[in-house]
Amino acid sequence: MPFIPHTEEETREMLDAIGADSIDELFDEIPHNLRCGDLATLGPGLWEQEISQLMQEKARSDGQPLCFIGAGAYDHHVPAAVWQLATRGEFYTAYTPYQAEASQGTLQLLYEYQSMMTELMAMEVSNASLYDGASALAEAVLMAVRAHRKSKSRRILLPRSLHPHYRATVHTLVKNQGIELVELAYDGSTGQIDQNDLEKYRNEDFAALVIPQPNFFGVLEDTDWLTGWSHDNGMLAIGVVNPLLMSILAPPGTWAETGVDIACGDGQPLGAPLSSGGPYFGFMCCTQKLVRQMPGRIIGRTVDLDGKQGFALTLQAREQHIRRSKATSNICTNQGLMVTAATIHMSLMGADGLARVARKCHRNLNLLKEKLTALGEIEPLFSGPAFHETVLRLPLEAKRVLRTLAAHNVLGGYDLSRHYPELGDNALLVCATENRSAQDMDKYRLKMEQVLASRRQGACATMAKFD
Amino acid sequence: MLIFEHSRSGRRARAQAPATHDELSGIPAHLLRQQPPRLPEVSEMQAVRHYTRLSQKNFSIDTQFYPLGSCTMKYNPRACNSLAMLPGLLGRHPLAPETHSQGFMSAMHELQEILKEVTGMSAVSLAPMAGAQGEFAGIAMIRAYHDARGDRQRTEVLVPDAAHGTNPATAVMCGYKAREIPTKSDGDVDMEALKAALGPQTAGIMLTNPSTLGVFERRIEEIARLVHEAGGLLYYDGANLNAILGRVRPGDMGFDVIHMNLHKTFSTPHGGGGPGAGPVGVSKRLQPFLPIPVVGTDGDQFHWLEEEQLPQSIGRLSAFAGNAGVLLRAYVYAKMLGGEGMQRVADYSTLNANYMLKKLMEAGFEAAYPERRATHEFIITLKREAKELGVNAMDFAKRLLDHGMHAPTTYFPLLVPECFLIEPTETEAKESLDAFIEAMITIREEARQDAEKVKGAPYSLPVRRLDDVKAARELDLRWQPEKTEA
Repeated sequence: MPFIPHTEEETREMLDAIGADSIDELFDEIPHNLRCGDLATLGPGLWEQEISQLMQEKARSDGQPLCFIGAGAYDHHVPAAVWQLATRGEFYTAYTPYQAEASQGTLQLLYEYQSMMTELMAMEVSNASLYDGASALAEAVLMAVRAHRKSKSRRILLPRSLHPHYRATVHTLVKNQGIELVELAYDGSTGQIDQNDLEKYRNEDFAALVIPQPNFFGVLEDTDWLTGWSHDNGMLAIGVVNPLLMSILAPPGTWAETGVDIACGDGQPLGAPLSSGGPYFGFMCCTQKLVRQMPGRIIGRTVDLDGKQGFALTLQAREQHIRRSKATSNICTNQGLMVTAATIHMSLMGADGLARVARKCHRNLNLLKEKLTALGEIEPLFSGPAFHETVLRLPLEAKRVLRTLAAHNVLGGYDLSRHYPELGDNALLVCATENRSAQDMDKYRLKMEQVLASRRQGACATMAKFD
Repeated sequence: MLIFEHSRSGRRARAQAPATHDELSGIPAHLLRQQPPRLPEVSEMQAVRHYTRLSQKNFSIDTQFYPLGSCTMKYNPRACNSLAMLPGLLGRHPLAPETHSQGFMSAMHELQEILKEVTGMSAVSLAPMAGAQGEFAGIAMIRAYHDARGDRQRTEVLVPDAAHGTNPATAVMCGYKAREIPTKSDGDVDMEALKAALGPQTAGIMLTNPSTLGVFERRIEEIARLVHEAGGLLYYDGANLNAILGRVRPGDMGFDVIHMNLHKTFSTPHGGGGPGAGPVGVSKRLQPFLPIPVVGTDGDQFHWLEEEQLPQSIGRLSAFAGNAGVLLRAYVYAKMLGGEGMQRVADYSTLNANYMLKKLMEAGFEAAYPERRATHEFIITLKREAKELGVNAMDFAKRLLDHGMHAPTTYFPLLVPECFLIEPTETEAKESLDAFIEAMITIREEARQDAEKVKGAPYSLPVRRLDDVKAARELDLRWQPEKTEA
């Protein structure tokens, strides 16, 4: 009986104490006709060795390919200490720190996390996390609508150059509240937000402008100009940023000097493995002025009865367990363990360590770009500055190329044709993190060279055994 | 001491960052950061020691009995963690092609099938990242269903007054008004009030069964019939699924949509407040609206179902496919239990709860619903102790911490005064339950002798009771050296 410690004798003793003949009797308030039969279709339980074998087979079958995909999830080195500490039972198996005195470890760690995020973003306040970057942006949109008291506008300017899955998630999460998302075009030559398109909305009533840095194409936006523009036009500015890159790039709290009103994004680059897309965590920072509109847990430092420093959940009057239908969000459980890992990650890396990793990613992207464009038929699609990810134009369909590369265990990037049909079939988003060595990039170049060569020989199909 | 206070400017003892300081090229100067963030500058050992020490200031399932009602703090098997962290699974990119994802996807597909079977629903999506997001998905699907039928007069969602706060908050996020339904003194929904509230404006009802009062809603079939007759749908909050696993299925009770908290029933870790996972299961009529992505199969190969395959879907809830690592842990757990193990979860969690209830009643504590069976949890009310001894539920809770036990859920549900919601779970041995009962008796005795002693608890923890008012009034939400030094 896995994980259930009762001996037969104890079970008997406990039933006697209750005054019941059998465990069945304890379910006598459930109407008989509703009882289900046994769950025999699920089969017998596996012992640890059997499940280990099964999981190892599954893990092996996915092949651990060489990955050049970014697109919102980045393959970074995670220090050994991070998950060894985060999976300590005292972090791993505790819950939301409702009993503050028995949760000072998690509470202090979350306070340190808030401190680190406000430093990294140059913002005044951080919450203790949301689910992921996309849902954090949805919460930021709802928060902006609540905070934009002047006009009560329910319209938001959302750039098309933002991650398409983020746009889709925001739409799912806010559409039932009558919020309208207006799509902002990008400039086909630079890949940045199209300033002419933006100018169409000058003096119009919007709650906020969303500003990605970098955007989905890996292109850096002119964040000062965009932030200034949104404030000049009575809108809040919401920055969606990659937190690792904020060690190098101007952080949202400094954009246009005033800074943005809300900064959010995905914390994955801070210690979360790729893990098929989750768990990661969403972060959110804002100005002091907006703190009472913030969703999610917030930790404050205070003192105990003896005047000793301690930490506690605070401003709980915003939250669902107190305010119920008037809460700022329905969020309850967030991503505590991922934040535990991120806090340890940032402590081990420091500002200098994060910056070195960011620089190496930038360098690797440039190396990869050089190697691939040297093949002669591949060129960058956009002229705007790129950081660790960029769009390349291939001489043939990205989908075909990726399939062939994958057959050689190279995941060559992300095909943009599905979400950006206007870019044609040949646009490929590629990324090279610090985890990709020069040899890895050479392998990529070699395989790409073979794909291009076999196309010239009209023999693409012979190379692509999975085609 | 904060990690920042261990920091020394210029200390670089790192093995974790590249030795090189690569040049940046082609980035305009005005886009670069001027001042580096003031993150800690500590050695690896200092960080390890600091966070190890912090961890030791927590209560956790691995170290203490943690009978937090409604949270199902059962043991989290170690195999679930180590197998979900196999390099092949940990390193899989969420956008990896299906050719390189069959192992992962087969596990997800089988998990969908297992969850369908244990809940009696027609289809499952694993996309929601937590219980509250599962609730959102569920109510959004109910709304999409009514909208697709052109039925736009439905503006209200009914919520019993005992419900979790997430229920009314979710209804509002989906653009509905939450209307409260009272509970009768026996713990069941007030049927007359329900009938009066139902009408053409009813979109649906959100129910937890067993309810948060720790009792099974006996008239569930009648409720389902009434709500369906009014044209509404039934939403099942799966917070208490642990109590009925293998005994009765929400699908058979008449529910149209349910969410499950895998971090409760399927034993994935609570992690100090997440990550969780809140898959949703639906009846046939809601199947087209499931959140994406879902894993489909043609028998041999597994593939993703996205908006192209599910055009009526309520859409995406996250950037990728939910909390995959949590789902893997739940999958391992489910495989280790098998069908028989599932039923034993309900059996022994119910046995433990009824045993504790009986023993506490024998010891003179007052049950909120003495005539009812406990499910996997139950409520006692300390209103008599509060009145006669001047020691309330919070005081008992804090003193329990000194006895080396986490307190039960206090002051929830809101309609029982001075309450403890106690959920022992099936993984606790009888001696833990007996020790808790002993501690309760000891604390009450102590309160009779010296109430102030109990009111001053805890004494044995890193801090004593904290000043919450100061925390909220004089907001100190981050380390600011310039403030400390001033």
